[in-house]
Amino acid sequence: MKKLLFASILKGLPLVIGIAARKHKTVREKLKGKNLTVQIGLRDGSIVRHFVFRGEKVQGRPGPASQPDAVMTFKDVSIALDFLKPNPDQLVIIDAMKNFKVTAAGRDEYLVWFGSLMNTIQTAGWEFGVRMRDGSTRYTNLTNGGPIFVYVKNGKILRTTPIDFDETDAASWTIQARGKTLSPQRRATVSVHALAMKSQVYSDKRLLYPMKRVDFDPKGERNPQNRGKSGYVRISWDDALDIVSNEITRMKREHGPGAIGMFTPAHHQWGNVGYWLSSLMRFANIIGTTRVAFSPISWEGWYWGAQHHYGNNMRVGVPGFYGTVEDCLKEAEMVVFWSSDPESTSGVYGGGEATQRRMWAKDLGIEFVHIDPHLNATAQLFGGKWFPIKAGTDAAMAIAIMYQWIVENLYDKDYVAKNSTGFDEWSDYLMGVSDGVPKTPEWQEMETGIPAKDVRSLARVWGNRKTYLAAGGMGSGLGGACRSATGSQWARCMVQMMAMQGWGKPGINFGNLSAGTPMDLNFYFPGYADGGISGDVINTGAAAHNYQRMPHTLTLNPNKQVIPRQHWPEGIINGHCSGHLWDSFSLEGQFPKIEYPLAGHSRIHMIYRYGASSFGTSPQAGRMIEAYRHNSIEFVVNQSIWMENEVQFADVILPACTALERNDIAESANCTGFFAHAQNQLNHRVILMQHKCIEPLGESKSDYQIFADILSRLGAGAMYTEGGNTELTWAKRVFDSSDLPKKISWKAFIRKGYYVLAPDPDTMKTPTEMRWFAEGRVKDTPEQNPLPGQYAGEMGKGLGTQSSKFEFVPNTLRKIEKDDPDRPAVNRYIPSWEGSHTTELFSKYPLQLITSHPPFSFHTFNDGKSSQINTIKDHRIEVDGYQYWVLRMSNDEAAKRGLVQHDLVKVYNDRAAVICAVDIAPLMGPGQVKAWESCAQLDLMETPEGLVERAGCMNMLTPTRMISKTSDGIAPNSCLVEVTKWDRMVKEAV
Amino acid sequence: MKKWNLIVDVPKCSNCNNCTMAVKDEYIGNEFIGYSAPQPENGHDWITIDRHIRGNDSMVDVNYVPRTCNHCDNAPCVAAGQGAVTKRQDGIVMIDPVKAKGRKDLVGSCPYGAIWWNGALELPQQWTFDAHLLDAGWPQPRCAQACPSGAMRAIKVGDKEMAALVKEENIQVLKPELNTHPRVYYRGLEKVTHNFLGGNVAMQRPEGGVDNVEGAVVELTLDGTRAPLRARTDAYGDFKFDGLKGIGETYSIRIDYAQGRVIERSGVLKGSQYLGTIEVEA
Repeated sequence: MKKLLFASILKGLPLVIGIAARKHKTVREKLKGKNLTVQIGLRDGSIVRHFVFRGEKVQGRPGPASQPDAVMTFKDVSIALDFLKPNPDQLVIIDAMKNFKVTAAGRDEYLVWFGSLMNTIQTAGWEFGVRMRDGSTRYTNLTNGGPIFVYVKNGKILRTTPIDFDETDAASWTIQARGKTLSPQRRATVSVHALAMKSQVYSDKRLLYPMKRVDFDPKGERNPQNRGKSGYVRISWDDALDIVSNEITRMKREHGPGAIGMFTPAHHQWGNVGYWLSSLMRFANIIGTTRVAFSPISWEGWYWGAQHHYGNNMRVGVPGFYGTVEDCLKEAEMVVFWSSDPESTSGVYGGGEATQRRMWAKDLGIEFVHIDPHLNATAQLFGGKWFPIKAGTDAAMAIAIMYQWIVENLYDKDYVAKNSTGFDEWSDYLMGVSDGVPKTPEWQEMETGIPAKDVRSLARVWGNRKTYLAAGGMGSGLGGACRSATGSQWARCMVQMMAMQGWGKPGINFGNLSAGTPMDLNFYFPGYADGGISGDVINTGAAAHNYQRMPHTLTLNPNKQVIPRQHWPEGIINGHCSGHLWDSFSLEGQFPKIEYPLAGHSRIHMIYRYGASSFGTSPQAGRMIEAYRHNSIEFVVNQSIWMENEVQFADVILPACTALERNDIAESANCTGFFAHAQNQLNHRVILMQHKCIEPLGESKSDYQIFADILSRLGAGAMYTEGGNTELTWAKRVFDSSDLPKKISWKAFIRKGYYVLAPDPDTMKTPTEMRWFAEGRVKDTPEQNPLPGQYAGEMGKGLGTQSSKFEFVPNTLRKIEKDDPDRPAVNRYIPSWEGSHTTELFSKYPLQLITSHPPFSFHTFNDGKSSQINTIKDHRIEVDGYQYWVLRMSNDEAAKRGLVQHDLVKVYNDRAAVICAVDIAPLMGPGQVKAWESCAQLDLMETPEGLVERAGCMNMLTPTRMISKTSDGIAPNSCLVEVTKWDRMVKEAV
Repeated sequence: MKKWNLIVDVPKCSNCNNCTMAVKDEYIGNEFIGYSAPQPENGHDWITIDRHIRGNDSMVDVNYVPRTCNHCDNAPCVAAGQGAVTKRQDGIVMIDPVKAKGRKDLVGSCPYGAIWWNGALELPQQWTFDAHLLDAGWPQPRCAQACPSGAMRAIKVGDKEMAALVKEENIQVLKPELNTHPRVYYRGLEKVTHNFLGGNVAMQRPEGGVDNVEGAVVELTLDGTRAPLRARTDAYGDFKFDGLKGIGETYSIRIDYAQGRVIERSGVLKGSQYLGTIEVEA
């Protein structure tokens, strides 16, 4: 009976394909130009048919083909039927492939093609988006700045807008606080860069076809010294894919494993399928590469410092935020924003969601205080006492506040006695018992520039009020003062202060209302770091959920060599480098040193670069020029959407498309895998179909397609695509792996494009971060993946420290302080290694440069490349037709240098010179200048005064020195510069 | 007849620029026949945000004022347009993208600088209140829809109702003295149009150094005539008198810092100013 069924399925296959082709253009296009023979049958030969594809037609013939191009053989008829039924059980399919119950032979690209044809036939009838009255279609997509509607007419994007919820979308939560009922606006707000997507899709900097550097010949002279200088010539996809796949093979043959370095970006575009931790990891593992080891960038001081005090549990070093919105609004009397500008950084992916919550706080009478060298956007919007501190001295001020708390008995003695260890030793440092220097408010004044009287006032106000501490952009971690030479000291002070005030008691916690809304966090939908289709259970979050919930084949990078991200240029130039790893499983995981190259492994000779952001985001970026031009680097390929930044150093450029030109699926702000529940910064959980809104521009292709095409040439395309999956079928598999099918059908989901998850009922209390600890209960807030081994005692009883208590003097740091005296167990203020104490340098370069995360672009995303974002006056300033980066400076500092508003200036030190336009305003403290980091362009220019960069790559100026010897965190906010007027007409005339 | 009005809540504007970007996204590269020609990629800011800073040192505040076409009821551009610029029944002012071709003079007719010249198309252009979208049933123009902080909202009401609202919400228009009768209103403009005078009171400590004085009673008299304004120093010893006009007037400040112990300061009001720390003896 089964055999009869199988035989008739095979017989009917040409008819099915023919009908689908008549009905659907996508199927016809798939068939176009394909002349090949596919054979399908059983291993014992009892049923075999072959199919001849010619001129968009297919004919089925009995028996084996004489020369089939692709062959699929099932072990028996049951397996064949499991495989061929509609909506097959993926676990059965994966099992059949892993255990060779189904085998394939022939040319890989034909196997992939046949599989994708079958998938296309299955998906061709699906309908996407909502038709509008004006003839446009409303699609949905997701960006780093939030979800958007994308209106498309005649194959062209008309507009992108934020998503207003309709009456069929789930209700919003409400919070009762101080007699008011608070409920968020009925929409998903966005950051401004989300609204500039159209200008980015149609940018004149789009790479529309593959290119090769004019003086790069893979069979002859490669001229590595000309990278970044010579131009490009258009080549065909066939040529490009040949060069890249041949180089991959050549590397492995001539140099051995490890010769291919896979250089990944931090923030590309959103998605569970197309994201780098998904498609790219799958590709990299299949070919075998040297991985660039990620490091905690943006939360440096928290990872290398703060977490040792309180035992972080897979939260990357950053305190949690659960339940804090309700607690803050109900209980808190004050919020101290310390190096915290959430209006600029949007939490991280939070759009404008939290602005309304901060407005509620203001209306409820909660007082705000701002400690920042800049009267930043948050301070501007909400007001409150401003402490214009000198950058990098924050720890001194914090220490003096703690001193004052002891002197005036303004800390929670009972909490400290019950819940902490090491306080006496800490107190001895504060009071000067151990070093003879009492850390008085007067002591800090010389360092910070903040009058002692103001510090005493703040200590008193704080000590007498229930206070939320907003430390960093998200309220706990991310950006600002933690990214400096004193970043660990400061972040450690922040948690120490909270412990002294009763961290977790009502109204006393970390946060700035950027995160911790009362949403349903038990509902499963994967985040972008959960691994997607990678099959990588080691370097992504896949092992925790995704790998079980979405059956797919494992991929494993056979190569164990890694190169530390912050040191790779030295690794290339000097042939070796070392660093310390990001490990979120334990506090000790960060201590071992890693060396590059790994014993017995090849050095990197090929750079596979995906995206382009390095010059805008890595300290002392100029060192990468030498690395890119180094003789040992035989081949550089860059897979990028735009011609920007470091793309110009590639030998071959592969043009990728944007997320609006391919299918994907994802949840807004969900980056689980990195850290859990980041979507908790939103008011609503919103899960989106990332529609392919338009066809890829020019000859650009999706990243997934490019990887699949390369691997098809290397015989691994079928493995990569798992037998011809398209991005659409992968997206469906992600959907099926989540809790979403319990709420909405696939068909309804892909038509409307988004789903808003209802919150838990108001009667279901959201537990508050650290409340359990303050009250001596078992932990009741979620963990990403509970690891009992992180607890000294019973899991969930106490913190993940050795003592299970808050450790004012961490046991972990005690073990390493001998090797790293700048990371002492007893936290103390050690002046910056680049600041007012480095007198010789300071006399030459008296200005402290701060480079903050940018508000208007997401890192390099949506900056430069003809983005409309460039027209925002606080982002770039146009002078003589060129859009310059903005340097912020006080009136006094400008007057000293004879500068007037929007003058062009040279910002320089011994490392580099960058041209900016100056914004003079009384918004910067004395001696402080500020620019955003993450410029997307690199525009080097030889002038009579040497090489200058004029697009705004401020990181050309920042130091490569790490926070301390074993704290492998960058310190871009410890950077001394001088600023002088730049006369374009004179100085650019060479 | 109900008409469109835009209300901007200045204290809620965070300078996020979602409104300016939404307008560029809507009009650059898009032609809406019968309404508007495409906006050029560079040089036009149909909505533009002005920054207003007051104060100095540690007492500084910043307000942002988005400006655009005011859709005036007594619009100089309509008068100058001679048929090229029209006032719709719903209050929206439209520059006809056909009839206004070549009319560069219209740019100068707007006292708010809200008309932009499109050199390539030889057209004066302005923000049309997104008339093409409102006519298609959109409830709000894009700038208001994109605003995450509720600083912008459009309402369609009768003139009488609007007049009542203006009174009730104490909202104002820009340059009312021009009598153009704008349909774009602002709340909280006082932080831009008025000044503050602030300072700090600190007292010497017996053990050395100084401490801020909380609760000192501060009285401000302007020009010696009007009744004094009164404030108290906060926990940081700061006081602030806001909403002041009268630049060039003499001010005198009387600080009662310890039940009857008084110190005085005087000067000329030069705009918003933070006087710094006034140190008093214990």
